[in-house]
Amino acid sequence: MKTFRRGIGFGLRALLRDFRAGELAVLSAALIIAVASVTAIGFLTDRIGQAVALQAAEVLAADLRLSSPQPLDPARLAQARKRGLSTATLLSFPSVVFSGEDSVLAAINAVSDGYPLRGEVRIAPGLLADPHVAAGVPPRGELWLDTAVLARLGIDVGAQVELGAAMFRVSAVLTYRPDQTPGFASLAPALIMNIDDIPDTGLLGEGSRVSHAQLFAGTRNEIASFAVDIEPQLPASVRLLDRGDAGRELTDAISRAGRFLALASLVSLLLAAVAIAMSARRYAERRLDTAALMKSLGAPQRFVVTSSLTQIIVIGMVASLLGTVLGLAAERALSVLLAGLLRNDLPVPSLKPLALGFGTALILLAGFALPSVLRLSTTPPLRVLRRDLSPPPPGALMTYGAAMAALGLLIYWSVRDIKLVLIIVGGTVLTGAVLFLVGRLLIVVLARGRSRVGVAWRYGLANIARRGSDSAVQVVAFGLGLMVLLVLTLVRNDLLAGWRATLDTQAPNHFLINIQPDERDSVRDTLVAEGLPAPEFVPLVRARMTRVGNDTVGERNYRSDRGRRLAGRGANLTYAEKLSASNRILAGEWWPRDYNGPPLVSVEIDAAREMSIGIGDLLTFDIAGMELAATLSSLREVKWDSFQPNFFMVFSPNALQDYPKTFIASLRVPDDKRGALLKLVRAHPSVSVIDIEAVLDQVRQVIDKAALAVQSVFLFTLAAGLVVLFAAVQSTLNERRYESALLRTFGARRSTVFAGLAAEFVALGLAAGIFAAFGASVVGGLAARQLFDLNYQLDPMLWLFGTLTGVVVVGISGVLAARGAVNTPPIRTLRAG
Amino acid sequence: MTILDDVSFHIERGRSVAICGPSGSGKSTLLALLAGLDEATGGRVWLDNSELGSLDEDGRAALRARRVGFVFQSFHLVPSLTALENVMLPLELDGTNSPRHRAAETLRAVGLAQRTGHYPNQLSGGEKQRVAIARAFAGRPAVLFADEPTGNLDSVTGEKIIDLLFDLNRLHQATLVLVTHDEKLASRCDRRLNLSAGRLVTDS
Repeated sequence: MKTFRRGIGFGLRALLRDFRAGELAVLSAALIIAVASVTAIGFLTDRIGQAVALQAAEVLAADLRLSSPQPLDPARLAQARKRGLSTATLLSFPSVVFSGEDSVLAAINAVSDGYPLRGEVRIAPGLLADPHVAAGVPPRGELWLDTAVLARLGIDVGAQVELGAAMFRVSAVLTYRPDQTPGFASLAPALIMNIDDIPDTGLLGEGSRVSHAQLFAGTRNEIASFAVDIEPQLPASVRLLDRGDAGRELTDAISRAGRFLALASLVSLLLAAVAIAMSARRYAERRLDTAALMKSLGAPQRFVVTSSLTQIIVIGMVASLLGTVLGLAAERALSVLLAGLLRNDLPVPSLKPLALGFGTALILLAGFALPSVLRLSTTPPLRVLRRDLSPPPPGALMTYGAAMAALGLLIYWSVRDIKLVLIIVGGTVLTGAVLFLVGRLLIVVLARGRSRVGVAWRYGLANIARRGSDSAVQVVAFGLGLMVLLVLTLVRNDLLAGWRATLDTQAPNHFLINIQPDERDSVRDTLVAEGLPAPEFVPLVRARMTRVGNDTVGERNYRSDRGRRLAGRGANLTYAEKLSASNRILAGEWWPRDYNGPPLVSVEIDAAREMSIGIGDLLTFDIAGMELAATLSSLREVKWDSFQPNFFMVFSPNALQDYPKTFIASLRVPDDKRGALLKLVRAHPSVSVIDIEAVLDQVRQVIDKAALAVQSVFLFTLAAGLVVLFAAVQSTLNERRYESALLRTFGARRSTVFAGLAAEFVALGLAAGIFAAFGASVVGGLAARQLFDLNYQLDPMLWLFGTLTGVVVVGISGVLAARGAVNTPPIRTLRAG
Repeated sequence: MTILDDVSFHIERGRSVAICGPSGSGKSTLLALLAGLDEATGGRVWLDNSELGSLDEDGRAALRARRVGFVFQSFHLVPSLTALENVMLPLELDGTNSPRHRAAETLRAVGLAQRTGHYPNQLSGGEKQRVAIARAFAGRPAVLFADEPTGNLDSVTGEKIIDLLFDLNRLHQATLVLVTHDEKLASRCDRRLNLSAGRLVTDS
């Protein structure tokens, strides 16, 4: 016990002194960077995760939502309130709203006090006025109508309208409600009213198509236990939806993004680990003499182990604290960058990432520093008499085993998937080996040049070649950081600029749907009269698939539930003579011009896969009671983000053109021509206009901000690469000091030795820059082809910027790190032996 | 390779002995064996009535902590500790009461009362060796081993260090075993063992 206490005391004192002497700078820096990058990402994903959960709740306007075609048991509301939950009820049904002679079919939403429990309703005091968040629900006798209802009735706020047997005053324009589900189905214009007005309207008679909903909100645990309790009592017709159901797709996307960010921080972590291993080795080596002395003075092994462990743990704690502070600061900056990406403000982060930071530091130290430090305890005491005696090197199992275990643990922590961990660890080891070889190759090529250069360069290049492995590690470490940065700045800009150019000039920002065949001419004329281009009308036929071959759709086997739903639901079909520009045939063939054979259909490839149908299958459809059979003749890939009207199923024109159909059109309306749309809707009340400008905007913002966030995360990678450089230089400092002293004793001038040093690091930086530029070009080319479908033009800036940054940053930091070796007076170095 | 062969002797308590011989004669190895820093492949060594071969490394360390002091040619001060802390080190390892007081007292005895807060790199060679001597005597060792204690010092400083070493030794009544090339130092000892090629050639 005494030995233990003394070991701790000694360890602490030695550590304090080492901190003051700057001995621990590199080790601490590496740890701090690792912890900062992990906690920054941890905090950020934690908060985004929470925000997404909230947003998912917003889609339900609650945390839990029960809906049913039959009235719901009101006793359940009282039961929930008793448990401290907040509640609201909602009735929705279609009905006709009258204003004088004009009428429009609208989706009526009758809501009780408290609605919405999550999210907010936004209203405006008049058409084209700025919307604000509604406080509460419409008072009795008032309605909030959305723009489409107002436009079709030709009225504004303040007008009187008739709904069922009652008169209402329109008191606001409804611009947003949280539970408006996107998609064609719910595009009917909507209104919100007070549920207490419903009896006055007399609309809820027998046989009316009403959907009843009860909304609940509370803490996560309250909701969970409430759901568990009521679920068994619910009749089959009642549907229970919670956050998980509502936001699954969004949550999936975000958790994928989170994992990507975690992997990004893992790259910095790996580089930091290399730096930690290097600096810990040096730290331990510089403590061999002390360890031997302690033992000669009678210290037992326990003492040496205890004091070493104390040092490691204290370094870990201090670095974790500093790293966490830095991580929090970085996270603050990141969330400012990301503000507005999600509709909600980011909630306060939980404290989980703190544990993540501390855990990361401890795992890194245990895996990459502990083997070197523990080796101290086996220092032979005889070293006090014979300096050349060193402890036996740690076994390969100890060194690599510990490192691999730490690596696996860290990766598991970020991705939580054993298979993925094995793939990543394997991939990392393999990639590391390949990169290392590439690094070595670069070094060999560089070293070849040394017979053709002056003395300083020869000396510098000789140094690189002699420390071949270390040099390769430095080239790879820094090159990797630089490469990622190049990819995320130059390459990303090139790619996005190309992609956005196509979006900006071509992408439509409005859809017109439900255009009757005989309305096409007048719609076109209205638009042209307003100075807009004539739209292209795309036919749309509603149908339901009934058979594939001889099997009825309901009885077939599907790859997935999604496939079953896709096959069974009502589908929008179209026909076209030419293949749309945003489509590409992957299998089979498109029909020729003026094709007049048996009906053919082309299906989107993913949908075909889900529905388990393929080329040659005969698909039978029910179109308004008539039957149509068409042969699947080709599979298409669709670029959905082109914002053109696109369809899962496209038929040859001869197959569909005689069936009842409507038309849709997409068009680009500049801001100053928006008034044209209002005229259009007044002239053609049955045509619906959908504004997708907002969606487009959001897509652009998401891309910009997400890229910016990822880019900032990779700054950590660059910093970690630099720390590796410093660690490597530091481990050669004694050697360099000795060499520089020798050279100067032989008459070399200080400036010559300096020039040699500069040459060495400039060459290293050049190699790292070439490595980075090459890697970035490859990644850029792959991304352009796989993700953006663009032809990537190699950017010469990549090579210029890459090599220049490499040379400048590595050159300056290398010389800075090693300058102490030249500045020490030679006599002192030689005397100290 | 045999480094020491047929070397057998006995040193009485309180005596001073110089181990001499040319480079490579095995002096340092002999010192290492006597102090339990190394293990002999054959033969036995008793230190203060303990047979070193029967102890493991930690056992030998414990024996050194209680009974042995060291002075080295290259001083071996811990660079991260002050002069005072360096002297306290063996006292703390041995669990002595009020080590700070005892260490300060010993530093005063070697004339470094004004240097207690200095770090080794702030001390001259002679001062460093005086700290090392203070450290060696602070634990009141029964045996003091010295390996070329004047080897890194000029002759004037060396002589002062020798005086100090013998004065303190007389005061503490410790057994002094030193390895040296220094004729002056060897001549101050009660007894002299000459080694040559790993064998004991004279014992006078």
